[in-house]
Amino acid sequence: MLYREAGQFKTNYVADSAIFPLRQDRIGLGLIIIAAYALAFMGSDFLLQAVLIPFLVFSLAAIGLNILTGYTGLLSLGTGAFMGVGAYACYKLMTAFPGVNVIVWIFVSGFFSAAIGALFGLPSLRIKGFYLAVATLAAQFFLQWCLIRIPWLVNYNVSGALDAPLRTLFGTPIMGPNATPQTRYLVVLTIVILLTWLASNLVHGRIGRMWIAIRDMDLAAELMGIRPLQTKLLAFAVSSYYCGVAGALLVFLWYGGAEYDVFNINQSFFILFMVIIGGLGSLIGSFFGAALIFILPIVLGIVLPAILAPFGLSVGADVIEHLRFMIVGALIIFFLIVEPHGLARLWQIGKQKLLVWPFPY
Amino acid sequence: MDILYKIFIEPFVFMGEAPDLLIQTLWEGLVSGVLYALIALGFVLIFKASGVFNFAQGIMVVFAALTLVGLYEKGVPAFLALILAVLVMLVLAIVVERVVLRPLVNQPDIILFMATFGLTYFLIGFGELIFGGNPKEMITDALFLPQGTTELDMLGGMVRFQHLDIAAAIIASIMIGLLAVFFSKTRIGRALRAVADSHKAALSVGISLNQIWVIVWFAAGIVALVAGIMWGARSGVSFSLQIIALKALPVLILGGFTSIPGAIIGGLIIGVGEKIGEFYWGPLVGGGVETWLAYVIALLFLLYRPQGLFGEKIIERI
Amino acid sequence: MRAPDNPVLAKGDVLLAVDNVSLGFGGVKALTDVSFDIRKSEIRAIIGPNGAGKTSMLNCINGFYYPTEGRITFKGVKRPKMRPYEAARGGIARTFQNVALFKSMSTLDNIMAGRSIKMRSNFFWQLFRHGPAMKEEVAHRRFVEEIIDFLEIQHIRKTPVGRLPYGLQKRVELGRALAMEPELLLLDEPMAGMNLEEKEDMSRFILEVNQQYGTTIALIEHDMGVVMDLSDRVVVLEYGRKIADGTPQEVKGNQRVIDAYLGVAH
Repeated sequence: MLYREAGQFKTNYVADSAIFPLRQDRIGLGLIIIAAYALAFMGSDFLLQAVLIPFLVFSLAAIGLNILTGYTGLLSLGTGAFMGVGAYACYKLMTAFPGVNVIVWIFVSGFFSAAIGALFGLPSLRIKGFYLAVATLAAQFFLQWCLIRIPWLVNYNVSGALDAPLRTLFGTPIMGPNATPQTRYLVVLTIVILLTWLASNLVHGRIGRMWIAIRDMDLAAELMGIRPLQTKLLAFAVSSYYCGVAGALLVFLWYGGAEYDVFNINQSFFILFMVIIGGLGSLIGSFFGAALIFILPIVLGIVLPAILAPFGLSVGADVIEHLRFMIVGALIIFFLIVEPHGLARLWQIGKQKLLVWPFPY
Repeated sequence: MDILYKIFIEPFVFMGEAPDLLIQTLWEGLVSGVLYALIALGFVLIFKASGVFNFAQGIMVVFAALTLVGLYEKGVPAFLALILAVLVMLVLAIVVERVVLRPLVNQPDIILFMATFGLTYFLIGFGELIFGGNPKEMITDALFLPQGTTELDMLGGMVRFQHLDIAAAIIASIMIGLLAVFFSKTRIGRALRAVADSHKAALSVGISLNQIWVIVWFAAGIVALVAGIMWGARSGVSFSLQIIALKALPVLILGGFTSIPGAIIGGLIIGVGEKIGEFYWGPLVGGGVETWLAYVIALLFLLYRPQGLFGEKIIERI
Repeated sequence: MRAPDNPVLAKGDVLLAVDNVSLGFGGVKALTDVSFDIRKSEIRAIIGPNGAGKTSMLNCINGFYYPTEGRITFKGVKRPKMRPYEAARGGIARTFQNVALFKSMSTLDNIMAGRSIKMRSNFFWQLFRHGPAMKEEVAHRRFVEEIIDFLEIQHIRKTPVGRLPYGLQKRVELGRALAMEPELLLLDEPMAGMNLEEKEDMSRFILEVNQQYGTTIALIEHDMGVVMDLSDRVVVLEYGRKIADGTPQEVKGNQRVIDAYLGVAH
């Protein structure tokens, strides 16, 4: 009963083209954000470190890929590598210029992956569909090789791994071994909210319409004066920017250190799966997808042993990992068949039903 | 100038100085090229007949090999295990047709493509759950695959030919020949090509899509099994093989998705190209270029000729 | 925003001239030696039996294909080989034989997308959806609402176009083309598959666009009644060649046209 459109009249075009035209939606969003910040103070370290931080990081990467694959219709299998570029760029920047606040470098590192992404996006003018997907595989394997083979990137560190140095914000450690999950969570949350807001502005404006136009009917879009190359390259750049920032957050604010291997092709696939299951062309879907794919194994890891324990069966971590692969694979097929627009569409249908409830006619 | 010399002159000088090494590298490239072509053929089969770009073909290779070895490890005699593995591929074909293809008829190609990602991950999880995730040895002895090496004295050095490689090249060539005949000469082959042109038109002239799909997926499964045995014998059976299997994608790009000769030539170009590249130019950049060279070759090629080696020029209509 | 060397044409001047254009795909010839012109502010119909090369002609005009021979002059300037988006930016808009809308977008967004080339607020402001970006969004929204009013599609403003019936989709597509404020509007079978009432509406819109805004229109249409009533001049193609050109009355009486349509005993 509380969720109604009635009585909310739009008297100007600004209000009518708002991203959340419904007052209840705006209030709901506000509450969710407040709750997310409150969790920093109420959630346990396990919840923050093992669930919420990675969830946010993957959501950000999924938003990035969604801009490219969901909105612009360009399938990419190189997400992992673009994330890697961001992480390595961030590492180089913050160790070379330790005086500048690391938050700045996190944002700047995205520009490096944006540039690399745009470079590998160049073929998209001539090739489409699975051809392009294979071209992005070239990015994945080539960049991964660069990350392994160029010791300069890790400051000639013998282990070849990235580690998070101690960095502070307003005197509080936000990175490195001394940073608490709480502060790291707050930093990640703020960055993700900010970038999501910017992405939402982009996709709802002229640029978003141009992206969708290219996706829905690229020839018609071009015949309407939309420049295909610029539009696609912009999508590659913005998408890779998001992935790059997500990569930097993943290594330095979640893992606290990592090797190139976290940016392998499986990572690319899992991000893609988040986008498919969450909903192609939906920002909120990126969050849903990340939640489902990432939290699923955690839930499996807790629930399965609990169910099987009374029967004297024990499940190893590897079995859970295998089950995760199977379930994710099956879910992909399931969603493509039943609801190709993913969880986001279910969410929308739910809201529609609620609007007119209890009298659907 | 020094770097230019190292890139453009030195490798060729080296090739001329040691022709035996060149032959050795070419041979290894050819063998892996033939095997790439075999994997790519599985893709082509399915793509021709159902328009599905089957990303899972690479995983089917591993899955088939894993089934064979896994069954053998569980005490099934080798040849029975081989037959069972074939049956498993048949079951897989039927299940895929039922569960994945049939509900997705007439969906955009890219949706079907993504559905095969799902299939890929499902098969990885399923295979590891049943047979375990640890790498396995291919049962070369039990399948009477030849082993050992022949060393030929030629061009001022010794060139080594693994018997297994020779067998792989021969078996793969036979498979490829059989498939080519199957496609161009038999009635089923013609029906397959009709389906590839248009699902709806094929249905309207009374071709059973479901049956055709099961047949091609089964055929692709057998191709995968053969490829799996060969690759497995060379580098062990585990899901890290999928990285090798993915190399079939650039092969396809080179050869075009619908051309059997294209797949073969594409396979050879990629196989030889990456071995030569790794051996002669790899050291300049610290080695390991094999992981990406195939993709970059394909990418550059695409920019020049988006329709592949044998594809027809695409005329866009509106 | 026009380039200074771009002449402003008066009604009746030649806006676009097609000179001896041929177009071939490998061995197939779609067009052979076709010449005609389109004058400012007229409605020019291109007719002919199926496969006569009408759509290929439009594709050449808006840069989707480049003629193998001959040349096209637009506003007095010979057209170089160009990408379609350049033609669109030069002032040529079109609709398509098979509706080519952005089917996941609403009617409003489709027409707004048609305004993309007119919008120029930069990426930075787009990011914040504020300042110039929002001002521009609202200004163009106002323009788009005028088109929506004009085409009488207010009620489907926020409906995803994929769900609309065919007739309305065609109307939205016309709206999207109009949003580009074209100098030359190409309509590829705007009334195909419509019932009588829809055809009447569409004819009214076409005439009004032509009269109110002075937009030059080239249209392909199979309904002879519509063609005769709407168009100022008609060019007739058959097997990729021009067989007649003139006012509807002249064309109607032309023996070759009658033969082409009714078939002739050889």
